[in-house]
Amino acid sequence: MSSTVLIVGTRKGCFVLESDADRRNWKMRGPFCNGWPIFNAVHDSESGAIYAAGASEWHGTGIWRSSDLGENWELSSEGLTYGDNGMKISKVHGLAAAHGRLLAGAEAAGLFESRDGGKTWALLSTLDGQPNRELWNDPANQPPGHLGMSAILPHPDDALRYWVIIQGHSIFETTDDGATWTPRNKGLRADWPLENPEVGYCVHKLVLAPSDHQRMYQQNHCGMHRSDDQGQSWVEISEGLPSDFGFAAAVHPHDKDTFYVIPLDPGHGRVMPEGHAAVWRTRDAGSTWQRLDRGLPERDAHLGVLREGMAIDDYDVPGLYFGTSTGQVFASNDEGESWSEIADYLPAISSVDVAVLA
Amino acid sequence: MAELHLPTTLQPLFQELPRKLDIEAATVAEAIERLNEQWPGLRDRLCEPGPALRPHINVYVDRERAQLDTALEARSRVDVIAAISGG
Repeated sequence: MSSTVLIVGTRKGCFVLESDADRRNWKMRGPFCNGWPIFNAVHDSESGAIYAAGASEWHGTGIWRSSDLGENWELSSEGLTYGDNGMKISKVHGLAAAHGRLLAGAEAAGLFESRDGGKTWALLSTLDGQPNRELWNDPANQPPGHLGMSAILPHPDDALRYWVIIQGHSIFETTDDGATWTPRNKGLRADWPLENPEVGYCVHKLVLAPSDHQRMYQQNHCGMHRSDDQGQSWVEISEGLPSDFGFAAAVHPHDKDTFYVIPLDPGHGRVMPEGHAAVWRTRDAGSTWQRLDRGLPERDAHLGVLREGMAIDDYDVPGLYFGTSTGQVFASNDEGESWSEIADYLPAISSVDVAVLA
Repeated sequence: MAELHLPTTLQPLFQELPRKLDIEAATVAEAIERLNEQWPGLRDRLCEPGPALRPHINVYVDRERAQLDTALEARSRVDVIAAISGG
């Protein structure tokens, strides 16, 4: 029987939750990574390893790795540097495992790769020459969080092709492993003036439909958007949602038209509206939206969920999971129809990833 | 030999790293380099590019605030402190 594993990154270490294929009863282990703040933790389906991007206020940035689902951990930052005269790295947030290697997106913005399972790292690109590149290193131009390269989305079939998000600035696509880049923001909305309309968009989360690689979705600072041409152009699909702001997003593994978001108040609070927790789902690619809240707190629940805070598994009937800024993990084993709380009292959660193991 | 005292936050990261050890080095930087030879990666936990001490790592040599280029005497006491921070 399959087992289901959740990897939960928090401000005070990484946690692992395990269940079977029913996904009703969960056991938790942790905290791991010596309680370091973890910005993103992922499971590598090829190697079975867990990788957790951490940044200690004392000891700097490093990437933790465990090859035995969290029993033992090692830390490395070897090669994760711009050199003695270069930019400094405050954290790694973007983390992706695909095609036999790991990719890490850093702040200050740059892309690193590891081909030995996270033991050593090498700089791949700093996207020099891209529009407004000179602004990215100026703290005054950076959005809160200072995430730099906040995410990396690998192409499922093409190791040389992937997309990255520079927080507050742009999606960029490369088709030649980072040698050249193209901004992919056509059709996006920005509620602020842009000197160069090619860039200047605040992309929070980007996902690609496993069942149709032309289909992408994104949660943007300014609305939900869909692409039917692999990110070359975008249309807004926010109508029907209680807010056009949010961070987390997930796409159904078997149905390209089914997509999940967690709308948040767009002000300083950035929590679920009116203290009533809900995930929202479309089954028609964003034409209509349904509120999913059965089993979620109905009142006084001021929950925030960050950009890596929601995950979906790939069972025939997929399960969804999200972790909150107040330390709860909620799970659904029926595509979001009903929910239960499977963990509480964790430190603030920054990321949730899920793996189904044979 | 300088007497080096390390913060507790380092021990879980490096196998059999003691809290206190004697080290032959002419400067703070050289002492950290000796540690890094025995426990690879340790320099990155104390220093950032520049190189410089990380902002929340303080080093004292014989109770005086020190930097990487501070000289060590034969019987110097070197305290590496993880500053009070976080929450």
